[in-house]
Amino acid sequence: MATTKILIAGFGGQGILFAGKALAFTGLKAGMEVSWLPSYGPEMRGGTANCSVTLSDTPIGSPIVDKPDVLIAMNLPSLEKYFNETEQGGYIVYDSSLINKNDTRDGVTVKGIPATAMASENGLEGLANMIIMGKVIKETKILSLDQVKNSLAQMVPAKKAELLEKNIKAIELGYNF
Amino acid sequence: MADKVLMKGNEALAEAAIMAGCKYYFGYPITPQTEVAAYMAKRMPKIGGVFLQAESEVAAINMVIGVSACGKRVMTSSSSPGISLKSEGISYLAGCELPALIVNVQRGGPGLGGIQPSQSDYFQATKGGGHGDYKLIVLAPASVQEMVDLTFKGFDLADKYRMQTMILADGTMGQMMEPVSLEMGEVKEYAKPWATTGTKYHEGRNVVNSLSLSPAQLEEWNINRYERYKIVERDEVMYEEYMMDDAEICIVAFGIAARVSKNAIMEARKQGIKVGMIRPITLWPFPTEALLSASKKVKSFLSVELNMGQMIDDVKLAINCSKPVYLCNRTGGIIMSPSEVLDKLKQIEKGEAKAW
Repeated sequence: MATTKILIAGFGGQGILFAGKALAFTGLKAGMEVSWLPSYGPEMRGGTANCSVTLSDTPIGSPIVDKPDVLIAMNLPSLEKYFNETEQGGYIVYDSSLINKNDTRDGVTVKGIPATAMASENGLEGLANMIIMGKVIKETKILSLDQVKNSLAQMVPAKKAELLEKNIKAIELGYNF
Repeated sequence: MADKVLMKGNEALAEAAIMAGCKYYFGYPITPQTEVAAYMAKRMPKIGGVFLQAESEVAAINMVIGVSACGKRVMTSSSSPGISLKSEGISYLAGCELPALIVNVQRGGPGLGGIQPSQSDYFQATKGGGHGDYKLIVLAPASVQEMVDLTFKGFDLADKYRMQTMILADGTMGQMMEPVSLEMGEVKEYAKPWATTGTKYHEGRNVVNSLSLSPAQLEEWNINRYERYKIVERDEVMYEEYMMDDAEICIVAFGIAARVSKNAIMEARKQGIKVGMIRPITLWPFPTEALLSASKKVKSFLSVELNMGQMIDDVKLAINCSKPVYLCNRTGGIIMSPSEVLDKLKQIEKGEAKAW
């Protein structure tokens, strides 16, 4: 891996920023250079939210990702906006319970996963972000499942242990989908 | 070395201020710097410090004047429109020769403008946003680590020279998270015999004031202060040189624009364009000598900035207009992409670009 530019995009409230933070924090713990940049302002309060994460083995120049190697799309506008911007050889993973599309692109791996539906079927409401993350890690291998699980354990405070369990369950569900 | 932690620029800056011995923070919320105030609200009571959300920016900067007059390290932070409001107080701080740290996490202007990142307060910061003959030490971080390091250093410089240091950041620097080491050196204490700590602690009365109705005296004050500014210009210039050894084009950029430029430089080098960068870390004092000596080697300069072209004037002055200077800019809260910088570099190579 030289540099992986990841863009996570969806609606405010889907846990876009947290998913990005989990990736960045895991990268940090794995000894990588990392950057995390959120969209901020009015879009946080109910429109689109997105977050740029860069993982690299060399110092990172611009932290802004507009042409991602990995696109995680959690709503239709985000998928449409960045579908053709995704780099050749890259990955697109989207929530197929919210996005009813089957487009493909040459040279780009496109995978859908019904993350939101899986979350509600498994009593993991609000954790579609972690389910889709599990799928992303499986497909791209940018980080290992154990690395992400370990860093989640460090990110979630001890007094919220039940949240950690749910997050890990969600990641595994996505990973094994 | 302690482990690095993942922190937002705004929060890391606030923690660095506390580590630099700042126990007094006065502010007022404004995007995109609100996290500084929020962090201070949480931390200051725990360390026996003061966090106060003032009724306005004008009130906040006047509280800074009060604490600094008492000899304590103090700071305020805001974003562009808020800094305009504070400018009167900043001029008073300069007139009273009171050290202080002022943080501007810039957003697009003028007026209320927008909330997205910008560098359009360059003139305001480096040429004096308030009235009168004065300068600020202006530090431009280009990473979360520099948000920390320059804040720590900024307090030191302010005390050392009885000056006001401005951290001129932008929305991305404030909002982004990067791994950061919070290991700082020792805090150096400076004697402040002028501070109004009470007659129990100093001989006679200490008066802190910027008023002089005698033109001769006011002129002398100003001349003396500018003598000190000369020392700062001689001793405190900071900049980074990047791939300048064989460069034919020299990019000049600070903050986020320098980060974008680095990507463009890497891509341009792959395509055979010999380009490097001088990144000013101190915007005042400006790295004039470094640019002047680069001008003897390179063919042209490209100023990359998030405004309509402000720092480019200082680039031209630094090199006595001896080489063509080009501009690559976006404004209003838009950040140029590396490919926009690359396109400009290609135009310069082909002789198709128009010099500023």
